[in-house]
Amino acid sequence: MEIPLEHVIGLSALLFAIGTVGALTRRNLIVILMSIELMLNAANLAFVGFARAWNSVDGHIFVLMVIVVAAAEVAVGLGIVIALFRNRESVNVEDVSLLRW
Amino acid sequence: MEALVPVLIKTLFIILVAVAAFAPVITWVERKQSAVMQDRIGANRADIAGITVLGLLHPVADVIKLLTKEDVVPTGANRALHLMAPLIASIPVIASFGVIPYGGTYHFGDTTVNLVVADLDWGVLYIFAIASIATYGTVIAGWASNNNWSLLGSLRASAQMISYEVTMGLSIVGLFMCFQTLRLTEMGVAQDSTFRILGFLEHFGFVESLGWLSHLTLPTWGILLQPLAFVLFLTCVMAENKRPPFDLPEGESEIIAGYFLEYSGMRFGLFYMSEFIEVVVIAALMTALFLGGWTIPWLSQADIIGGVTPIFGVGVATGLCMLLHVVAFFAKVILMIWLQMQIRWTLPRPRYDQVMDLCWKVMLPLSLANILVTGLVILVLQGVRA
Amino acid sequence: MSAPAVFFYAFGAAAVLSALSMVLHLRNTVAAAMSLVVTMISLAVVYVVLDAHLVAALQIMVYAGAIVVVFLFVVMLLNLRHDVFAQRRERFVKLAGVVLALGAAFAFLQLVPNSLPTVQEIPADFGSYAAVGRALYRDFVLPFEISSLLLLAAIVGAVVLAKRRLS
Repeated sequence: MEIPLEHVIGLSALLFAIGTVGALTRRNLIVILMSIELMLNAANLAFVGFARAWNSVDGHIFVLMVIVVAAAEVAVGLGIVIALFRNRESVNVEDVSLLRW
Repeated sequence: MEALVPVLIKTLFIILVAVAAFAPVITWVERKQSAVMQDRIGANRADIAGITVLGLLHPVADVIKLLTKEDVVPTGANRALHLMAPLIASIPVIASFGVIPYGGTYHFGDTTVNLVVADLDWGVLYIFAIASIATYGTVIAGWASNNNWSLLGSLRASAQMISYEVTMGLSIVGLFMCFQTLRLTEMGVAQDSTFRILGFLEHFGFVESLGWLSHLTLPTWGILLQPLAFVLFLTCVMAENKRPPFDLPEGESEIIAGYFLEYSGMRFGLFYMSEFIEVVVIAALMTALFLGGWTIPWLSQADIIGGVTPIFGVGVATGLCMLLHVVAFFAKVILMIWLQMQIRWTLPRPRYDQVMDLCWKVMLPLSLANILVTGLVILVLQGVRA
Repeated sequence: MSAPAVFFYAFGAAAVLSALSMVLHLRNTVAAAMSLVVTMISLAVVYVVLDAHLVAALQIMVYAGAIVVVFLFVVMLLNLRHDVFAQRRERFVKLAGVVLALGAAFAFLQLVPNSLPTVQEIPADFGSYAAVGRALYRDFVLPFEISSLLLLAAIVGAVVLAKRRLS
């Protein structure tokens, strides 16, 4: 493998960290969902890297499952966003924090 | 590095022929073919020093007009996105040519010439992936124009494009099952042979041997093996391209020009050209998948080379075969372009909900049924052979 | 450096830069979505370098070509404009949490590589649609069927959630 496994996993960890920062610090619900997609992509990269290093196609199967779950999550999540927007005219998470302590 | 030179030559050939030569001529073909169909003369006034060449100078006049027009960016629009949208719309279309073979594999002594820019193992998936990216050009164009009508057009366009992508992929799965490959060069080679029309009689044991009826053969072209897939795929890929009758996103009479309303000059020119380049891409793709690619029906590559070699020698025979194949490919491409133009000027525009109903309620079930029937037929044929 | 390595580092850097652009684009949600597309396409190139051809094609077709289009759809439908960062106090707490998470990640990365199995050779058709298809339809048929049920549930859920109530 020409690219060291540590570099692939390092890139995956970096992207995951950026996604976490986005999910924690942004107020726009849609950008939070996009940051979650970025975290899922980072996990996919880790799967692909490990599959390549240890000659296991199971890694790719897992990536397919992750993509399926991400698609389902985006569909339902954006449905929730649309329903929320209809009620409150805003996608700012601080406007829907009624149940927070 | 030395493998780069043939790739560059082939890329240059494709860009010169398909993009620079075919696309402007298609604008002329559109005007003239519609004129013939509608019993009028069409545009024929553009001239250089009084010489009009049947209106062939109109594409030149178009380019000069588009290059010299003022480039307007509407106020309140995002300048970066406004500039990026035509690029995102046109680059994937030109990139699609990379995997479509316009000739087979020819051996000249030690060198092997493979007339395709990139012989990807997953060639057809690459084209679907590229088509998915082309959606963004439309989506961003409508948003970046800061205009209600553009936004409406781009929303319609994006919904239409992502819906028809699904059926586009599913309709060819039957073809993959027949040819057992996703590689476009291998599909072309698979279509280089013939099958006996009445062969199933001998296969299932109804008749001992066919005798002279064995000479009734048809080439194993995709359109003969998968006729329903041909119709479905042609519809889907024309809807992807937003060609009439699926040109609701452009709207013409309803929402003015839809998503490229606020574009003028060469940015509009890029959108306009990318639509016509995609007509060529569709024609080339249909040829490679369904009409046998570069092959000549009933005359396989071995037949041609074997037939000409005694007269001229192997090298000249292979070169002649290569030339014939390239000419055959482009002849079929021209046929498919003509067919798309015929469809464009014949059918009226359906309503938007009718377009979406057609995709999800008619074509998706039909393509799934096509997969099922193809699988059953292959199983039955294999079962009898075993 | 060989050609695949050049592509890996170049497109890896592009992925990181566009991910940062996505997270930091405050005013323009559409620009954030386009940055996400660039990230996904860069990752698809990285997948091709890592011999995962089918996964790369599916990444562009499904992720970059459909999921982010749906994001853009919603952004345009709802006509969203501005966004602000969190309040100062909460922002500090969250950023401190992120720094701790990054520190933990680096500590983990120091420990793990010594315990990983060695890199193995791969066959010629690794990651091709044929190899993945064989594994998917022979060993992983049950997860495949269940994922199709999951998608059906998601479709029904999305339609029910987003439908206008006709009351």
